[in-house]
Amino acid sequence: MTEHTTTESRDESTGGGTAVPTDSVDAALSAVETEGLSGYNYAYLDEHTKREVRRSMLKAVAIPGHQVPYASRPMPLARGWGTGGIQASLSLLGPEDTLKVIDQGADESVNAANIRRLAANTAEVSTTADTTEADLIQSRHRIPEEVLTDDQRLVLQVPITDALRKVDPSDAANRRRHAHENYGKMWVHLYENVVEYGEINIASRYPTMVAGRYLMDPSPIPRWDVPKLDDADHLTILAAGREARIYAVPPHTAVEPLAFEDRAFTVERFAEQECHACGSTDTYLVEVSEEPGSAAGGAGGEGNGGADDDADGFETRYACNDSSFCAKRRGDPDLLKDHHLDRSGVDWGPATPDADGNGGGEA
Amino acid sequence: MTLLEASGVETLYGPGCPDCRDATGDRAGTNQCPHCGTVVACAEADLDVEGGEVLGIVGESGSGKSSLAEALALERDPEATVGGEVSYAGHDGNLLDVDYQTRHDLRTGDISLVHQHVRDGLDLEFTGGGNVAEKLLSAGWRSYEDVRARVRELFEETEIPVARMDDPTRTYSGGMQRRVQIARALATDPDLVVLDEPTTGLDVSVQARVLDTFRRVQREEGVAAIVVSHDLGVVRLLADRTLVMRHGRIVESGLTDRVMEDPHHEYTQTLINSVL
Repeated sequence: MTEHTTTESRDESTGGGTAVPTDSVDAALSAVETEGLSGYNYAYLDEHTKREVRRSMLKAVAIPGHQVPYASRPMPLARGWGTGGIQASLSLLGPEDTLKVIDQGADESVNAANIRRLAANTAEVSTTADTTEADLIQSRHRIPEEVLTDDQRLVLQVPITDALRKVDPSDAANRRRHAHENYGKMWVHLYENVVEYGEINIASRYPTMVAGRYLMDPSPIPRWDVPKLDDADHLTILAAGREARIYAVPPHTAVEPLAFEDRAFTVERFAEQECHACGSTDTYLVEVSEEPGSAAGGAGGEGNGGADDDADGFETRYACNDSSFCAKRRGDPDLLKDHHLDRSGVDWGPATPDADGNGGGEA
Repeated sequence: MTLLEASGVETLYGPGCPDCRDATGDRAGTNQCPHCGTVVACAEADLDVEGGEVLGIVGESGSGKSSLAEALALERDPEATVGGEVSYAGHDGNLLDVDYQTRHDLRTGDISLVHQHVRDGLDLEFTGGGNVAEKLLSAGWRSYEDVRARVRELFEETEIPVARMDDPTRTYSGGMQRRVQIARALATDPDLVVLDEPTTGLDVSVQARVLDTFRRVQREEGVAAIVVSHDLGVVRLLADRTLVMRHGRIVESGLTDRVMEDPHHEYTQTLINSVL
């Protein structure tokens, strides 16, 4: 068996690609560099796998909020880093599509850039950072600020599929609960949350009823983004690689966060804060801690967005989490989240202000 | 009016054979079938409970009391084969045949069970208040303030310190955990509460207070109860009528006073004479 030491010994007709020499690391690397991705199927996954993933998606769309199992292949990134999302994206993408990948709201993060590059290399799609130009958006932790339309698809990466796992670690018991719509334990969790904090204080993975039937974990998006799923124009696919489950929120599906009649669902509040770069008050803000005088985020110029000086000299400022929309706002501070739509006043997320800037910043 | 009527209720653990019922019971002196090894936990049990009445079930350990009570309270053990017929005033058909959904609805509204083991009935990581609230929330209560007020009321009624309402249940004393179970069982104003060994593991003074509380609440609310106990004192205090069980069969039944003062069956006589 000396086959593995040569690049020429494989018969081309088997279609199995070319073997990589293993004499030395350098030899292997140079072989990969020269051969490129020629051995791979379009969009990395083989056609049977893509079909299987798409079948699971169809089933998930047919039963909104229900977790549908799928095979979940090994991917060239670690499980838990978006393998579910990338399998869903690669199964959906065609050469005409434009892909946007965000991680924690940013297009530039290492994980997002790598996923985007894998898709660009294997599926030959064009990529973009502009939400309005994308046909398919893969995201972790955020739904973009700009309103998604009915010809866009959103793929959310999901680390934990079952909202009930918070109250009972047994998946078998939880599946029985889903089957019988028995969500008493989750309600007790909310009750105890109010007892402890005076309001329901679940930061992310907010338990949400889909189409009045299944309790869904909307993945680690902040509460801020949960209302965007309700009666949305776009299709949302939620895919978990490690747990091998896919679920979906089809367009125009009722999505209702669990809450008491007298303790309403609330989104995050950023009292009196605005993005230090673009000045937005109607977007999801995150705290950034920077050394004073550092160039990062300096495009904001004035930087008067409620800066706080910490004792260690670091400066805590607020910034838009959605970096692509923030960049647009810097050019046009009055840009609305539904600026690209024919109709205006779209109820998207917590606060889409009208032309006068009213209606923003309220929880 | 008869609230609950049961006939021929049986719970079998094992493969079962045609001779199981004849080869076990009081006459045979065993509850295990000599032919197939099946344990006949209880069989041929006929009983009825009127609204607002307390029925006691006594017997030694292993006599089938708990199996019978669990069958009546719609508690399902997947390893057991349950047979017989139970009719209930608020439901058409045999209670033992209901599907999961109906069973869940009945258990959250009409029929409550206070488990023998606290861990079966309560989630010890939840707060005491949360455990009681679970019953209300499962029954569809969606106003936080209403749930809160009802839980507080139940805590007062069952004499649990209201100040401890928001502490984890595992930090409660044994007596308080029993009371939380009782409060939870009464939360949705059920017609029938089944108490399986309500005082086991409690010291005598706490036993007395828990029983006292239950007796008072039971009379005030007019809820019917089935009380299962190996302790004749508990049954004597609470029950209007009493069944005596042995080897999985009911061997004697009657008014509690009659059974206690004038026991007919040989085993009942031994049981009553053996009270310390």
